[in-house]
Amino acid sequence: MSLDSAARLEMDPVLDDPRTRIVVCCGSGGVGKTTTAAALGLRAAERGRKVVVLTIDPARRLAQSMGIDELDNVPRRVPGIDVSAGGELHAMMLDMKRTFDEIVEAHADKERARAILENPFYQSLSAGFAGTQEYMAMEKLGQLRARDDWDLIVVDTPPSRSALDFLDAPNRLGSFLDGKFIKVLMAPAKLGGRAGMKFLGVGMSVMSGPLNKLMGGQLLRDVQTFVAAMDTMFGGFRTRADATYRLLQAPGTAFLVVAAPERDALREAAYFVERLAAERMPLAGLVLNRVHGSEAARLSAERALAAAEALTGGSSEYAENLDGDGIVDRDSGQAGSRTADDPGTLTPTDTSSPESGFPQPASPGANAPGVPAERSPERLAAGLLRLHAERMQVLAREQRTRDRFTALHPEVPVAEVAALPGDVHDLAGLRAIGERLAARTDPDRPQAEVPRQHKQQEQQERGRQQDGQYERYEAP
Amino acid sequence: MSRLHVVSGKGGTGKTTVAAALALALAAEGKRTLLVEVEGRQGIAQLFETEALPYEERKIAVAPGGGEVFALAIDAEQALLDYLQMFYKLGGAGRALRKIGAIDFATTIAPGLRDVLLTGKACEAVRRKDRTGRFVYDHVVMDAPPTGRVTRFLNVNDEVAGLARIGPIHNQAQAVMRVLKSPETAVHFVTLLEEMPVQETSDGIAELRAAGLPVGGVVINMVRPAILDDAAVEAAANGRREEVARALSHALERTGSGSRGRTGFAEPLVEPLLQQAREHTERLALEQRGRADVARLSLPTYELQLLGDGVDLAGLYRMARELRKQGVAG
Repeated sequence: MSLDSAARLEMDPVLDDPRTRIVVCCGSGGVGKTTTAAALGLRAAERGRKVVVLTIDPARRLAQSMGIDELDNVPRRVPGIDVSAGGELHAMMLDMKRTFDEIVEAHADKERARAILENPFYQSLSAGFAGTQEYMAMEKLGQLRARDDWDLIVVDTPPSRSALDFLDAPNRLGSFLDGKFIKVLMAPAKLGGRAGMKFLGVGMSVMSGPLNKLMGGQLLRDVQTFVAAMDTMFGGFRTRADATYRLLQAPGTAFLVVAAPERDALREAAYFVERLAAERMPLAGLVLNRVHGSEAARLSAERALAAAEALTGGSSEYAENLDGDGIVDRDSGQAGSRTADDPGTLTPTDTSSPESGFPQPASPGANAPGVPAERSPERLAAGLLRLHAERMQVLAREQRTRDRFTALHPEVPVAEVAALPGDVHDLAGLRAIGERLAARTDPDRPQAEVPRQHKQQEQQERGRQQDGQYERYEAP
Repeated sequence: MSRLHVVSGKGGTGKTTVAAALALALAAEGKRTLLVEVEGRQGIAQLFETEALPYEERKIAVAPGGGEVFALAIDAEQALLDYLQMFYKLGGAGRALRKIGAIDFATTIAPGLRDVLLTGKACEAVRRKDRTGRFVYDHVVMDAPPTGRVTRFLNVNDEVAGLARIGPIHNQAQAVMRVLKSPETAVHFVTLLEEMPVQETSDGIAELRAAGLPVGGVVINMVRPAILDDAAVEAAANGRREEVARALSHALERTGSGSRGRTGFAEPLVEPLLQQAREHTERLALEQRGRADVARLSLPTYELQLLGDGVDLAGLYRMARELRKQGVAG
């Protein structure tokens, strides 16, 4: 099954629809999640919507490009965008501790709030250990939505492995609050008492000992003080977390799973897709970043390498075979069909190719790796061909990983974003990403608007079919 | 030589793969290493093409020269029960704690306790000795959380020691910190030669140093081979374009079969190929800048080339060999 059997994710209708109020970008780390969120926010704003982008931990230069390198937990208007369509872009970076402090200040009286804020246990908790970030992201999202100042909120999820932990926040909080543990903590006097025993259904001598022994008297007291002080706020926490959870399930929310066409990232993406379905969260589709293309896809990797060998006088048997007529296709076809399992067989004589893994000394007669000393047209042409072969191998690998995902989840629409050679850290770069993200496939549109990425894909398809190699990409 | 190797890096840089290759490299020549996973992803099992790892140290690979690699996926809840058992002999109480939700609390909600357990377990493996007084593992390699979180993760015991100022938790936290801050530990960063990962690496190193944690080396992963430089691309695009096109055409004709080797097949390819070459040199220039930034960190640096077809078991062993060749095992 090829990717083309998956529906294309049309981004603009999602962004333009006034009913879309929240877009959540999730995915594993390093796939361009924050950049995607920022690019979508910019695009929606320039198409006329009033947008706020909530980022969790943006790279410094990306934050600077949006004017939010100050960590002040307040949305700031992003200057320099095209406002001709009447939109606005605001952006903010989540400050966990501040968000937590604000909740305490808003929901507890002055004295109680001070007691909480000064509690050492609270200070550690709010400074952002595993888990806090997820809760606070949820909380902030709820706050932003409640203010109703924006018609679209774009959220970037925390960079932790379990980027979907924030979905668990209400549940976990709930099970903790309903749990007996908190009651044990809050009623230390009862420990060992008959009421406590009855309540817990376990021998209290077993209970009070370990807690004290484990935590030390002073820590236990800190925790108890904290829990007691927070007591009145817990209900509110839970209500808001539940409300945010329901908000995420509502039709006004669109989840986007972000990935790169790599095995691990797409495996995580499949996990996210399944998880969102299990939680009945509305998934809009998959954003596949950094996809490679080639305008010369009809020239296969095998043939490019063979031609490069011919140009630089490769002396192996493989190269000699290529001089004969009619053998080539059969040979390279076999080589191609083996590549899925054994990358080494693709280019047995090419010591400079990427899949050889590590730099190796050039074998006599083969082209030396690195920059050729001699700039003869043959060497230059061979270099171009080798680069092309490398590109085609990347393409094939990406195609295989995408196909695997599509086979698992054919129902998920996909938007592909062509790889850029460098990093994105200004509005122009974000705009370019946004254009690639929203690329349309509508045949009625003028040619100039057909995005480059898609054109490349069409050419690849044509190229593969032309060379009769398409089936090679189907290797399991 | 350090015995606990903590491997961090920005997401997508190949942290888990490098950790696994490092474990293999350090196990070579008859050594025994433990590869520890703390984020519950089962990435190690996938790399070594085995079923999901249980919470149990299990041999997963044989290193060149007869060494052994064991693997352990640490589960926070199991680690807590372990810990209770080991330090307090609380078999029944452990169950009782679970029943009232204390284990859930400890492993998911209580600040940092999860991280305390994970680092504690790794340090226990580092210090463990057999009956003859020899270390059970020559090296422990940890596939740690990403750069942005690693300092906080490793430093959690300092925080806990401050929270629990006396008692067994305090003592345990202090003991773990002693291992983590000693020369026995080295924190390595995996990076790509791209702007953001290099920046994060340098930020991460600054954070580690500020926290007094020992910095190891930098592993530059997925390096592309340089095939053509700027001058070559310039020559191919301008001065010698026609000759290059002829050479291409000729080579494709020679290697193509019958009908497909027709004249004129090459010409439409020239521009796209040149475009790819320009992207290649742009990428090389970017890598060059990244390499210079990494060099300024003045740390031991290792380079691993991109495995064009993705990492499989054979690729992992190649990476391990390369790391050894570059002196990672001292």
